[in-house]
Amino acid sequence: MRKRYFIHETGTDRVLNVIFQIMCAFVLLVVVYPLWFVIIASFSDSDLVNTGKVLFYPKLFSTYGYGEIFKNAKIWSGYMNTIIYTVAGTTVNIIVTVTAAYSLSRHEFGGRRFVNALFVFTMFFNGGMVPTYMLISSLGLVNNRLVMILPFCVNVFNLIIVRSFFESTIPPSLYEASVLDGCSHFKYFFYVVVPLSKAVISVITLYYMVAHWNDFFNALLYINQAQLKPLQIILRDILLSNQVFSSGATGGTGMSYAQRYADQVKYGVIIVSTLPIMVIYPFIQKYFEKGVMIGAVKG
Amino acid sequence: MSADPVHGILRRELRLWRVFRRDYQLWIFLLPALAAIIVFNYLPMYGIQLAFREYSFKAGITGGDWVGLKYFEKYVNSPMFGLTIKNTFTIASMSILLGFPAPILLALLFNQIRSPRYKNVLQTTVYMPHFISTVVMVSLLHVFLSMNSGLLTSVLKSLGLLTEKANPIGDPGSFVWVYVLSGIWQNCGWDSIIYLAALSAVDSNLYEACRIDGANRLQIIRHIDIPAITPTIVILLVLNCGNILNVGFEKVYLMQNSVNLSTSQVISTYVFNVGLKNSNQFSFGSAIGLFNTLINFVFLVLVNLISRRVADISIW
Repeated sequence: MRKRYFIHETGTDRVLNVIFQIMCAFVLLVVVYPLWFVIIASFSDSDLVNTGKVLFYPKLFSTYGYGEIFKNAKIWSGYMNTIIYTVAGTTVNIIVTVTAAYSLSRHEFGGRRFVNALFVFTMFFNGGMVPTYMLISSLGLVNNRLVMILPFCVNVFNLIIVRSFFESTIPPSLYEASVLDGCSHFKYFFYVVVPLSKAVISVITLYYMVAHWNDFFNALLYINQAQLKPLQIILRDILLSNQVFSSGATGGTGMSYAQRYADQVKYGVIIVSTLPIMVIYPFIQKYFEKGVMIGAVKG
Repeated sequence: MSADPVHGILRRELRLWRVFRRDYQLWIFLLPALAAIIVFNYLPMYGIQLAFREYSFKAGITGGDWVGLKYFEKYVNSPMFGLTIKNTFTIASMSILLGFPAPILLALLFNQIRSPRYKNVLQTTVYMPHFISTVVMVSLLHVFLSMNSGLLTSVLKSLGLLTEKANPIGDPGSFVWVYVLSGIWQNCGWDSIIYLAALSAVDSNLYEACRIDGANRLQIIRHIDIPAITPTIVILLVLNCGNILNVGFEKVYLMQNSVNLSTSQVISTYVFNVGLKNSNQFSFGSAIGLFNTLINFVFLVLVNLISRRVADISIW
């Protein structure tokens, strides 16, 4: 295969190539090392971590922190709530966004321009935090699971991505052929459009899922009952407000032991809360760049 | 004369009916999204009048006495006005100044990697921090930048970039830097996707022609890669500038502490504090929020106008 190279590399290019490689390696290190550090710290003795002795691999390996996390009722309930909000919320998001995007992608649709403008306007103008809060509260949605699912179920940016995908990649002749075969909009949508749109649907599913999983703002504003709180609020209490992590069933062990491992617990919590959402990406990756590009080019 | 008016109306109704028969399924598809947007985005806009009224619990949102610009004056005359505006602008302009070029440079760099597999590994890795939630991100900052045991703190101190007594998490002076640089660490890779996509669309014949003409790789970047992504850069720049005062609430709020408040109190956190958290000054909070939204809106229109004049690129 080498023989096919006709154009000779110049000396400058070789030097540049080395420089680029070094820069890439540096970027890789800067991104990966902090993540790696959190992983090894979650398995190591907290004193050694705090004195800077744990740098490349775990020392005094222990899984005490994870044990404590799995015994903690607050984390379990936060986890359950977050899963409920993420699954239900994303399902609603997808249904609402994809159907609306289909309507807006039909050129013959009468209200198209007006409705489109109605959606886009909300990207740049909004009622603000306080009026929105008062509306949600007057609808009785404060401390109600629905507030994490319904109110902001359509993200206009995602709507535009899907609409552009429908407009640019699904050939109009397909619709004509389907109509001649007796398809209504509903049938055409479910049997033709959706199966052809796996790429873009996966992309916005990822967007919505990450947003729900990491949502802190809405829960901060609208949820204050302990049993409804999602993971991110619980995490804030543990990681940032330094609320004492009750050592649960381990009555026998002394306070100092729990204190000593408090930091280990923190690192563990970071891993346990972040890993599920991080491992999703590789599954969707193959669709990803295609889907993003459509949104980018046609934005 | 010949047109019978009754007949004409009938005809129009018939046409409307036909259009409706043709399109009713599209309306059904649109209904959920439209309802959500109208209820949760447009109804609060109606509630903005709260900013011009005296809120009373009894009278509700729209029933209070009209006080005009009272609350806007209160905000403009308060010492918090200058502080929040200054902090918001500082954070926003630093974010754009440093955060905007970073993904472009990263994309140009990654585009130079020839091995597809290595490039793939690089990309997937740099995307990862994007999935970290704000809460976890801020606690990572606490871990790596704590005054005594923080790993990054000690590295920076030994390199002489930080003084011995510096506390990156607490010092008001370092707040903006920590905020912006950690933002780059988290989102630079993710934001580069869009540029990489644009770069992958470049015709490879161009590269070949360039190399035959004797260009080295820097010249290729300068004369092919950068022009190829310029339209994308301009559009994203306009959108970013339009959001200039929408400094992310979550991260600022979570990074705030009593020590760094002089540089970390921005408009949105101030709205939250006066409007919802500490005291329920609903009208005052609405007024500040509206002020923020209006400035944003004006900025977006201005920047878009400039880009339309200069580059003939508009977002609408």
